[in-house]
Order: sequence, then structure tokens, then C-alpha cells
Amino acid sequence: MKPPPFEYHDPRTEAEVVGLLARLDNAKLLAGGQSLMPMLNMRYVLPDHVVDLNRVEGLSYIREAGGALEIGAMTRQRDLEFSDLVRRRCPLMHEALAHVGHRQTRNRGTIGGSLCHLDPAAELVAVATACDAVVTVAGPNGRRDLPFAEFPAGFMMPSIAPDEFIIAVRIPLWAAGHGHAFVEFARRHGDFAIVSAAAMLEADGGGHITRASVTVGGVAVAPQRMRDIEAGLAGQTPSPHLFRELCESCRKLEALEDIHAPAAYRQHLAAVLSRRALETAHTRLGSGARR
Amino acid sequence: MTRKRTIALTVNGRRYDKEVEVRLTLADFLRHHLGLTGTHLGCEHGVCGACTILLDGRSARSCLLLAVQCEGRAVTTVEGIAPDADTLHPLQQAFREHHGLQCGFCTPGMLTTLIEFLRDNPDPTEQEVRIAISGNLCRCTGYQGIVAAALAAAKRMQAAPV
Repeated sequence: MKPPPFEYHDPRTEAEVVGLLARLDNAKLLAGGQSLMPMLNMRYVLPDHVVDLNRVEGLSYIREAGGALEIGAMTRQRDLEFSDLVRRRCPLMHEALAHVGHRQTRNRGTIGGSLCHLDPAAELVAVATACDAVVTVAGPNGRRDLPFAEFPAGFMMPSIAPDEFIIAVRIPLWAAGHGHAFVEFARRHGDFAIVSAAAMLEADGGGHITRASVTVGGVAVAPQRMRDIEAGLAGQTPSPHLFRELCESCRKLEALEDIHAPAAYRQHLAAVLSRRALETAHTRLGSGARR
Repeated sequence: MTRKRTIALTVNGRRYDKEVEVRLTLADFLRHHLGLTGTHLGCEHGVCGACTILLDGRSARSCLLLAVQCEGRAVTTVEGIAPDADTLHPLQQAFREHHGLQCGFCTPGMLTTLIEFLRDNPDPTEQEVRIAISGNLCRCTGYQGIVAAALAAAKRMQAAPV
């Protein structure tokens, strides 16, 4: 269990990374190393070059600007978890982070690394889906923004070219006092979920839903928004019956089947967890002022 | 070729300059190049937690770090947590008193993990301790003694900070 031989590069600037990726064949980007390093140790990947992003300047920050949280791609999961700004402005992400690996892995793991690794059940991928995140990518033709809905190209395959890399993630903010919840089912604490669900709700003064986001992760090749549930909630006054009825549609999803769970079990979990997420998000509506 | 590099880093307060292969993990560097075999290797893919060290004070899996990434950084291993050769750290003392170890394999990772945890959270609940060590596998003691030791050490360290 030792990494295979490779050449190691530790660039200091975005431009140097772009230059290396343009020049090198079979290069892998090393962010927090919590997925790539095990894959190297087990020799699932055999890169000729490893480009380490850990010393690139200006890729680690969390700030609020233009109605969004802007997060540098190399920001550690642990810094996001401890960020007061994230807890206040994107409580869904704060709640999801408690499920991401363990303290020791969150100290190293980065948001950009999680998004690019694109595990179907990764919590931060589900949060990015739920929040309509926008990913900023740098490459030989400069920078471009990519809506997260277009980011997954397939199973663990982001739709960015081999000579591009993520430099930032923008999370558009919801109104203060919105309801939120992130729930998941995993066999052991810190494992990737079998299925996860994220919900966010906004309501008017009369309690009618004005905006809803419902996401299930771990079911298909990438987390997906449940547009029919969102549409069914619009203008409604929520009730346990309504949530239960709408979430039944999860049982019709196309679902992965693997050693961890059959498709029918994932469909069942998606229906149960999305309902629980909505119920919890609903009870938290209007609590923003207290946070 | 860039397959070897000379690195300078601090381990347990002592500076080292060594030439290493760039693919060498920090765990193997500590064990084979520095002879610091207190850091244990169980799974070598980031699951068991036995190889946990502190990198600039933050816990990390040393099997998931390259030695070259630690250039200019400060590493603390289990060998570096006691104040001197004759005195145990209060957490080590509590492990001894509460039977927090049997075979000792997971102990270095437990200690480094809990040192960071108790620094961030000096007065934890039992549940919080259990979550903190959820990334460290022990196959002997069933965690009971480890949790008891962590809670006892927290009390002692609050009364007399290290």
C-alpha cells in the first residue's frame, strides 16, 4: 500500500497550475488528499504527475458578496464547519458538514476536492445541488462559471476538461429565517451516506410556501433536485400529509443498485428522508432571527 | 527528475532535513526515516485512524499526506505529547488509569485526536467524545475505557491546564 512513482509539482499561482495542466499528460490534482491519497495508496490511479494545490495562493477563503457565499476551492471542510458566516447564512451546509467523514479528514478535505471527486452520496455535492451553486473554473482560456446543475457529466465525472480546475464555489443565499434540514442514512458515522436528503423552505406571512428546494443524494449517479416535490409545495400550507404524499414520488426514481443497498431500498430511503428533511425544515422556518 | 526532494520540517520540536522520494507518505517518513514508530499504520487508506498526527496542531491522517507536503510545517506525533521523558501528558495518564488501552495499536491515533478535540472542546459530553473518536478504530477495549479516560483528562486539564 504505497503510492506508485510519480512526479510532484507544487505550483504557487493559478497561472502556474493552468500552465502545468496544459503541458502535462496524465496529471492528477491533489487537493485535500482524502480521496486521491487512498486511491494512490491502493493504486487505483496511476498518474505520471501529481499537481499539489495546497500551496497555491488565494484559493482558501469564505466571504459574503452579492447575495452569495463565495468559497475558495481549497477551503478546508473544517474551516467551513467552524465558520460563523456559513452557520448563519447557509445553515444547510453547516448541518451537512457534520456528516462529512471525521474530524481528521475534515481538517484536510476541501470543498473543491469534494465537488470534483463527485461521489454520488457526498454531502457537499448534495448541498451544492440544493443551493444552485455556481462553480468557477480556470483553464487555458481563462475563467468560466458553470451552474452546478451542469457540473456532473456522469458517475464521479465532473464536466470540466482535463486542463481545467475549480478555483471557487458561489452559493446563492436564501432569505434570513428560511427553513433548512440535511438528513442522511449511513451504516456508520462518517461513512458516505446510502441516501441523503436536503430541504430548504421559504414562506410568506401566512405560512404559504413561496420557495422550496428538495434534493436527494446517493440514489442516482449524482444528487438530484426533486422538481415535482418543489412544484407541489408552491403556494401550499405545509402539513405532514402533504409532505408524505409528495415525497412518495421518490419511489419512482431510477436508483443505483450495489453491494450497499438494492434500488428499492434507496427509493424507500429517499421517500422517508426527503419527508423528514421537509418536516424539520418546516419547523425551523422563521428561526433565522434567533441564529 | 523531480522524484526526489529535500525537505525541512519540524517534528516534535526538532528540525529535520531529509531527502525523500516525493511519493513517500508522511506516515512512512516518520516511521522509516525518523524511526518514530509510535505512529501506527493500520489500513493505509484513511479509515482506521491509527496514524493520526497533528499537522500545525490539527489532526490529520499521516497515511494520506505526502512527506513533501510537510515542508516547512510542524508535525506532532505521539512521541511528542508528553512534557518530558519522565512525565505523562494528563491524557496519557488518564488512559493508563482508566484502562484506555489494551494492545495499544490505536492509542497513538486516539491520543493525538483527543488532544486536538480537548483543546477545541475542553468540557465535552460523553456523546461528543464518542463522535470525536468515531474516526479511530479500536478492536480491544470497546471504547468504554477510552471515553472514560478522555472525560477524566478533560476534568484534570481544566483544573490544571497543560
